[in-house]
Amino acid sequence: MAKNDSSKGPDGLTHRLLSTGALDLQEMLEAIGVDSVDRLFECLGDLALDRPFDLPGPLSDGELREYFQRLDAMNRVPGRDMVSFLGAGAYRHDVPSAVDHLLLRGEFLTVYTPYQPEVTQGTLQAIFEFQTLVSLLTGLDVANASLYEGASAFTEAVLMADRIQKKRKKVVVSRTIHPQYRAVLRSYAKNLDLEIVEIGWDARGATDAEALAAAVDEETICVAVQSPNYFGVVEGWQTAAEVAHEHGALSIAVVAEALSLALLESPGAAGCDIAVGEGQSFGLPLSFGGPYLGFLATRDKHKRAMPGRLAGQTVDSEGERAWVLTLSTREQHIRREKATSNICTNQALCALGATIYLSLYGKRGLRRLAEVNLQRAAALRRRLVETDGLSAAFDGPVFNELTVRSAEPVARVLRDLEEAGVLAGVPLGPDYPELEDCFLMAVTEANPPADVDRLLRALEERTHHQEPAAV
Amino acid sequence: MSMSYPSDYLYSKDHEWLRVDGDTCVLGITEYAQEELGEIVFVDLPEEGDRFSAADEVGTIESVKAVAEVYTPVSGEVVEVNSALEDEPELVNDDPHGDGWLVKLRMGDKGELDGLMSAEKYEEFLSSGEE
Repeated sequence: MAKNDSSKGPDGLTHRLLSTGALDLQEMLEAIGVDSVDRLFECLGDLALDRPFDLPGPLSDGELREYFQRLDAMNRVPGRDMVSFLGAGAYRHDVPSAVDHLLLRGEFLTVYTPYQPEVTQGTLQAIFEFQTLVSLLTGLDVANASLYEGASAFTEAVLMADRIQKKRKKVVVSRTIHPQYRAVLRSYAKNLDLEIVEIGWDARGATDAEALAAAVDEETICVAVQSPNYFGVVEGWQTAAEVAHEHGALSIAVVAEALSLALLESPGAAGCDIAVGEGQSFGLPLSFGGPYLGFLATRDKHKRAMPGRLAGQTVDSEGERAWVLTLSTREQHIRREKATSNICTNQALCALGATIYLSLYGKRGLRRLAEVNLQRAAALRRRLVETDGLSAAFDGPVFNELTVRSAEPVARVLRDLEEAGVLAGVPLGPDYPELEDCFLMAVTEANPPADVDRLLRALEERTHHQEPAAV
Repeated sequence: MSMSYPSDYLYSKDHEWLRVDGDTCVLGITEYAQEELGEIVFVDLPEEGDRFSAADEVGTIESVKAVAEVYTPVSGEVVEVNSALEDEPELVNDDPHGDGWLVKLRMGDKGELDGLMSAEKYEEFLSSGEE
């Protein structure tokens, strides 16, 4: 018999929500001719647990709610209990209440992927609107809907370029692209015939243009650059796009902070062939890293090489506007192993959240929001001179994030500030040993000027604190 | 459906045809194949200079209902592709044995032609129901 019969409540009765009671277990064991559950795990030998699970008994609805409220009270939530300047690819933005209100409606929440597309016109229309918005933001002809998140979207863009450039082998990527994005690319590339060449950065904190030009040749599939890059520097894509095109390679624009697209030159206008990135900033909560939203857009001539789902607008037999899944022949359910990607789902709900968010702000509103981000980052950069020991590490222009150099060891500064209720940033050392004395600070519209005051105060108090020891 | 299959062409069981001219040959898909595929919307072809072995995939044809790979029955190097198909893929539907040709190859081994069927044999093959 199971040593812990947790299927019984405190009242000793079998719980109606737990599927296997003692009698069920007995019946199942008899049916397979085994005398105890433990026998099923004998094959584990020494690895098997030799004592009962140390689990508490079941809780009532009210007790459970209370339990989680207690846990929640232990959290220190950015924006509520702490000031946060964390970014590095996941940005804390204000989300209008209308986003969740609409998103949680059953009609949207319960439909997953349009398996019977023609009868889910509402879902297809929402997907189509999302694609249109991504296309407008990236300045490119056609966008899919959608990919998992920025990192896998980036990798899908490289694989797409590889499909277009059948005979070439080399992928040139800037080291200023998010390190996790590059790590995902390396995982994929391990078993593919791809050579990945990484390019360093210059004093601006932007991709080293000379090294890039030297690395690109007739073997190059694509050149990928991120802007604003991982260091927060707005480097633009034009130089990389020109170098790529001189050698017949494709140019990939990577965007980790999608809000920047509302203000900065679009990948399409810069001459890029594929734009790819993370859409979390558009109304999706941080949520420990997901679910997020990958987007990908390209020029019309490359649409058949795209991965992912595509909704198209057409007219029905009565001439009314209608939506269909289009170019499905690229996809797994038709092309099997020759599909353009194994991504066979879309982030429909996340894409819808982004669509609602973008519709609420509108073109001017989003631009204004991006301006606020830009101004806040500029203000933070200016105010760093008030600090004793922090300075901007690079000269290049920034959007809403910057690399800060610290005179004192980064880990110690960040730890002290955290104790004072300020999450000051993400250290660069683990991914870039040569930037061990630097960390990233992001500021968005969710960081009022008072946040920076609090940071400066915490820094000052910290210095005072240390003075006796320093003497 | 007594469509005429040109008697001077050779045919494969995968429904490709070849028109041999000295060391080169032109490759396309048969009337039967285009009929089966339905309305063709996109043809993806190789580039000039690409080399293939016999039975390699040389391109894909996408119709409104399916995607089909095109295989070359003979090895060779691509010397010309039908670039008209870029804008008018429907030529494959309209004239599969003529203007809807796909690629022209310089053949590596003419012996590979031996395994192909004559028009008469191909029509027998179609009516045998083995296709």
